[in-house]
Amino acid sequence: MKRYSFLELAKNAFSAHQNWGRQWRAPEPKAEYDVVIVGAGGHGLATAYYLAKEHGVHSVAVIEKGWLGGGNTGRNTTIVRSNYLWEESAGLYNHAIGLWQGLSQELNYNVMYSARGVMMLAHTVHDVQVAQRHIHANRLAGVQNEWLTPEQAKEYCPPLNIEKNIRYPVMGAALQRVGGTARHDAVAWGYARGADALGVDIIQNCAVTGIRRGQNGAVEGVETAKGFIKAKKVGVVAAGHTSTIMDMAGVRMPLESFPLQALVSEPVKPAFPCVVMSNTIHAYISQSDKGELVIGAGTDQFISYSQAGGIHISNHTIDAICELFPHFRRMRMLRNWGGIVDVTPDRSPILSKTPVQGLYVNCGWGTGGFKATPGSGHVFAHTIAKDEPHKINAPFTIDRFRTGRLIDEAAAAAVAH
Amino acid sequence: MLLVYCPYCDVERAETEFACRGEAHIARPADPTQVSDEDWVNYLYMRTNTKGVYAERWRHIHGCGRFFNAVRDTVSDRFLKFYKAGETMPDLEAIAKEAGK
Repeated sequence: MKRYSFLELAKNAFSAHQNWGRQWRAPEPKAEYDVVIVGAGGHGLATAYYLAKEHGVHSVAVIEKGWLGGGNTGRNTTIVRSNYLWEESAGLYNHAIGLWQGLSQELNYNVMYSARGVMMLAHTVHDVQVAQRHIHANRLAGVQNEWLTPEQAKEYCPPLNIEKNIRYPVMGAALQRVGGTARHDAVAWGYARGADALGVDIIQNCAVTGIRRGQNGAVEGVETAKGFIKAKKVGVVAAGHTSTIMDMAGVRMPLESFPLQALVSEPVKPAFPCVVMSNTIHAYISQSDKGELVIGAGTDQFISYSQAGGIHISNHTIDAICELFPHFRRMRMLRNWGGIVDVTPDRSPILSKTPVQGLYVNCGWGTGGFKATPGSGHVFAHTIAKDEPHKINAPFTIDRFRTGRLIDEAAAAAVAH
Repeated sequence: MLLVYCPYCDVERAETEFACRGEAHIARPADPTQVSDEDWVNYLYMRTNTKGVYAERWRHIHGCGRFFNAVRDTVSDRFLKFYKAGETMPDLEAIAKEAGK
């Protein structure tokens, strides 16, 4: 792998940046691998990277139906935070925050992690109580989160409208300063480049069409558009299509797939310093380094694989944005799109072994998987390599729906997050 | 936004009049005391989540308030059939074939 550095940059300037070379190979699949990962999104690529780097498993293929990072990794609103209610979640998401902080150095790839602060607004008495409960729970779990009055919130984010004359006036906010944003594509590309350098084969444009199981029920490999690939272990990291893939192995999943929308405005000069979220009136907004306002809307109410949500859903979000930030009212939106998110009944992910020997699944991130990408890959690689969960993801089993030990972030946040 | 047909009101209305209530034809166990943990998991949490032709429950919350069922293609979001609650589940494969799926 060619290491990127200032010296390389200067050297390549002399040849007008024409000779940088490919960041990863485009190999044909081998007949057999130790581990096959289904899905080359951020989580899948991170899993492959940590398998090779931390567990010495270099015979790994990541198989992707489309192009790498082309699903939800390229479609999310790039928010990073860890202020979840329950200890299990705090452990998982804080693990990711820890990795985010050194990720650009680790991968020798600028993932543009920017800890600009994530502010979650409270608009009702109930919101205020819930936010403060979160802050106290976070403090006990070692997660940074603090309470701001409306005036402090406005000081942190000057465009915010804290007038009392709007339908849902701002009554305060919870601020996680270590939260922020990262460049979503760069995360996928950085992990892909790092994994490729460690010997991982990333096979794009190759749909998985079946999971083959042997006489004893254990996984033997995957059927793909490019033929059968033998594998000792298979990790499914397929987001919205997890139910479809797991069905190939005969495993039913507690998942439903919904379209989640995002949209961006025309690019403007820096006008918005942080990330602002409002669960109650449902709006997420930040400004990308390119200058676009990045806005996240909600999910549709029905299952869909269409990658396009209803226009009334994004309208609803725009209404909220216009009320909270009146000076954006004349902004024009450039693009909107949808991604298919896999939602569990308790709104917490599943990183788990399955009833099928050699089959592992990392799914159920719902509307908020991007923030966990490094941590998710890290503990899932451990789960596959050791055939037992890391202590951080041990509570995130499929079996929790049988035992009743749910990690109920659904009730905790009152909305999908 | 989808247009949804209510088989009770015999009208087609905007989706915002309705609430989607998930997969249809999941029967509540007749005798809850006799149900194993595995069957509870299946009843409460496991969903088919089909990519393709899917039967789901809708409720006309801003109309008659009644539940009914619909068959929809979850890739194109096109509705293929509406029918009243209590009617038997239609043959999804036949509907898919007819719709050219």
